[in-house]
Amino acid sequence: MEKRVVFRSAWLPYALVAPQIAVTIVFFFWPAVQAGWYSFQLQDAFGERTQFVGLANFAALFNDPNYLHSFKVTALFSVLVAGSGIAISLLLAAMADRVIRGALAYRTLLIWPYAVAPAVAGVLWLFLFAPSIGIVTFALRAVGIQWDWVLQGDQAMALVVIAATWKQISYNFLFFLAGLQSIPKSLIEAAAIDGAGPGRRFWTIVFPLLSPTAFFLLVVNVVYAFFETFGVIDATTQGGPAGATQILVYKVYYDGVKAADLGGSSAQSVILMGIVIALTVVQFRYVERKVQY
Amino acid sequence: MKFTKLAATLAAAMLCASQAHAQIEIQWWHSMTGANNTGVNELATRFNASQKEYKIVPVFKGSYPESMTAAIAAFRAGNPPHILQVFEVGTATMMAAKGAIVPVAKVMADAKEKFDPKEYLPTVTGYYSDSKGNMLSYPFNSSTVVFYVNKDAFKKAGLDGEKAPKTWKEFNAAAEKLKAAGFDCVYTTGWPAWMHIENFSSWHNVPIGTKQNGMNGFDTEFRINSPLHVRHVAMLGDMAKKGLFTYSGRRNEGEARFASGECPMMTSSTGAQGTVSRTAKFAWSVNFIPYHDDVKGAPQNSIIGGASLWVMAKKPAADYKGVAKFFSFLSSPEIQMFWHTSTGYVPITKAAYELTKKSGFYEKNPGYELAVRQLTNKAPTENSKGLRFGNYVQGREVIEEEMESVFAGKKDAKTAMNDAVKRGNDILRKFEAANK
Amino acid sequence: MVENRPLLTVFCHVVLIIGILVVAFPLYVTFVASTRTLDEILTVPMPLLPGSHFWENYSTALSTGTTRGVTTGPVGRMMLNSLIVALAIAFGKIAISIIASFAIVFFRFPLRNFFFWMIFITLMLPVEVRIIPTFKVVADLGLINSYVGLTLPLIASATATFLFRQFFLTVPDELAEAARIDGAGPMRFFWDVILPLSKTSIAALFVIQFIYGWNQYLWPLLITTDESMATAVIGIKRQINTGDALTEWHLVMATAMLALLPPALVVVLMQRWFVKGLVETEK
Repeated sequence: MEKRVVFRSAWLPYALVAPQIAVTIVFFFWPAVQAGWYSFQLQDAFGERTQFVGLANFAALFNDPNYLHSFKVTALFSVLVAGSGIAISLLLAAMADRVIRGALAYRTLLIWPYAVAPAVAGVLWLFLFAPSIGIVTFALRAVGIQWDWVLQGDQAMALVVIAATWKQISYNFLFFLAGLQSIPKSLIEAAAIDGAGPGRRFWTIVFPLLSPTAFFLLVVNVVYAFFETFGVIDATTQGGPAGATQILVYKVYYDGVKAADLGGSSAQSVILMGIVIALTVVQFRYVERKVQY
Repeated sequence: MKFTKLAATLAAAMLCASQAHAQIEIQWWHSMTGANNTGVNELATRFNASQKEYKIVPVFKGSYPESMTAAIAAFRAGNPPHILQVFEVGTATMMAAKGAIVPVAKVMADAKEKFDPKEYLPTVTGYYSDSKGNMLSYPFNSSTVVFYVNKDAFKKAGLDGEKAPKTWKEFNAAAEKLKAAGFDCVYTTGWPAWMHIENFSSWHNVPIGTKQNGMNGFDTEFRINSPLHVRHVAMLGDMAKKGLFTYSGRRNEGEARFASGECPMMTSSTGAQGTVSRTAKFAWSVNFIPYHDDVKGAPQNSIIGGASLWVMAKKPAADYKGVAKFFSFLSSPEIQMFWHTSTGYVPITKAAYELTKKSGFYEKNPGYELAVRQLTNKAPTENSKGLRFGNYVQGREVIEEEMESVFAGKKDAKTAMNDAVKRGNDILRKFEAANK
Repeated sequence: MVENRPLLTVFCHVVLIIGILVVAFPLYVTFVASTRTLDEILTVPMPLLPGSHFWENYSTALSTGTTRGVTTGPVGRMMLNSLIVALAIAFGKIAISIIASFAIVFFRFPLRNFFFWMIFITLMLPVEVRIIPTFKVVADLGLINSYVGLTLPLIASATATFLFRQFFLTVPDELAEAARIDGAGPMRFFWDVILPLSKTSIAALFVIQFIYGWNQYLWPLLITTDESMATAVIGIKRQINTGDALTEWHLVMATAMLALLPPALVVVLMQRWFVKGLVETEK
């Protein structure tokens, strides 16, 4: 989109974009280029010896069953977080859309988890599910479920999925509610006159009209699950047990910082960048679709 | 004449005064928390009070991995601390960084400070010395793994609380009785790999890896898939299945469960004694860790954990004399006894050990002496001086991951230990290549 | 609604209330734990009613931090750090984005599209993907353990720029035309016309960026090793990963409550603009 009326100046626009471009170059592009550079090297921890090893780091990654396992873990985690986050918030939004009284109160009470940092959410749920002292652990044991996420990988996954999803419900809820409230009432009335019950109306009319929003949220939630949940993982399971919750972004951090494996970590960063670019292209394409809609 | 003399005296006085004010600051980055943190600050205060030339400035820099990362970054930026506390698994990385560190032996020799390796307990210093016996880093806080027993719980199960199990056979028998007495969690451990692989190997005089557990070269390989290791891990897996062993995590999460009375038996660091004595509401004791009595040579001696102090390079030459003086200060028997008795870390010199014995401290706190006795149970062999594996932070986690699969019933012990060896060796080879 | 189905309406209310309970449950438990002593928390199950140690726990947390675990220092200090970071990021981002956006939309100049794409690409590079090299750059610049290091690298992301761009594109051309006719320069136009019009967007962005800055985790984790520079979110995590001591849950929970209070307040109080800003423009 272009504006018809524009200003012209020899130096002013450059001055205006300069701060953002400067920070972008220093803190985005320069490190990204360096990450690319490191990914081709083998270094010791202190940077005293560096050797150029070409694609060896990448080859090592793809031969490492743990790294491939991380892909699976990340995929599973993302699907669970995005899926359950969207489903639950859609339900809540549909309910909130129907009630007239107390709508504002419900909205207020449901959006505040957005303000909670993922790491803090992780800590709260860690406390609830702690193997010895957790309240939920106690309740689960009372009904016979042996809860021990420290050893059982799928239980650890459940813990981080719950913590990560809990936070996103409010964000999704807002979008769905707005989407629902923008659907013309006349459409719904017409269907009702035709004899369609509320359930039928929802699936045949409301949901298709909501699909752009749903798709948008899907992409946002997946990106959230990929990256912003680092805090959740670090505060709770640190990728364990036995790598059951080691998502890709956590492995980048762990290998780079804790294991001082700069080359391997940078190679992983490069691969992750590729995935993000692909995801963003998808999102951008979607934006075009929505605009046409 | 008189005037010149006066002037000269004045000039000399001023010179001396200015010397006294040019106090050299020594930066010491550490990761000590709680009561240990208080101990560190006390040590610095005492040293600074004892002389005026140098001032030790202790700085808490986060956990061991965080502080090491910060130091590496600081070094790369040209501004490292003088002294850095590095955990034992980082020894190989520090040792390989030849341009970044100065061996302690050299620091002491250059400063002409008295330093006789024979005065130190061999198990402690052996861990941090090179193959020729030169001390590379200063063993500041060393602990070992010991066996905690809840005496009241034992009594409840019909066992003699004073007679802790000595062998794994006796241990299992006691565990069954405790389970029958109604304990949901019978045994847990802290630092699983440190206890059940590293100390297990040295306690039974078998190698963890070739080349004297890595001390003689970076081309070492793991040997933890030997029949004895597999048998032991399989035993733990069986115990886990029967509910006789409850896994708590890779660090010291298990200590809280012992201190709260939930689990009546625990193996973990001697350093936990402080917490346990403050929290436990039952009678408890500290004992030697169990062994398999059908293994020749067992029990041998246990190895240390904890951290040591490394001296970083690229600081002004005059500063190193202060570092040397500080290490001499730390080695004095009185200071060693203070640090040992207030933290539970073991004393590193024979003189300090004798002094503490003479003071009667061990009568009231037998647990503290037990650690020293377990470390010096027998003269160390090449399997029990310690270990030095590159990137062992990663290595230990890999081993623990495999152990976790056994405890969760997902893998059998043989496959798991073979995988641990394979993955561990990959990490070692990478370290070797990066540090050629 | 279309027809009157009281049962369905009741059902909706019930589901919503259950939803709120589930969402609020962790917060409630956290609050209860923050008012109890450590022993009460460690006895299983922990009593579910608030205890009597509210002032004691909160004042300890604020003034001295945890004592037995990792020394994190007073939470009050950490809250201050979080506040500085959040405000600096919010204001900084808004400031440089709005002028950059203004330039890109309302000017024609060579390299305009190039700059636009440069900024856009940063959307594809969240900090988690380039942490190690960015850390090294910041270390080389000597910005470790500093407020500048904590905030500057996070200021130039593209979200705000895009929000403003979308909004500016909807500003009627007549306004710019009128300004030109009046002889006003571009900056006059900016101050007198654009800024007032952008108030809602700025408010929405403020909420989003304040929360973003307050809840930053990975970046402060790397950049601060000095306990006096830790932010509240990092502090909570540090209080849990203890070395030789028990986690002091009562203080951890009190800190958690303190840490989530400011952003929650910001969200709830500025709800109207926040919702508008979020929903009306694509991120």
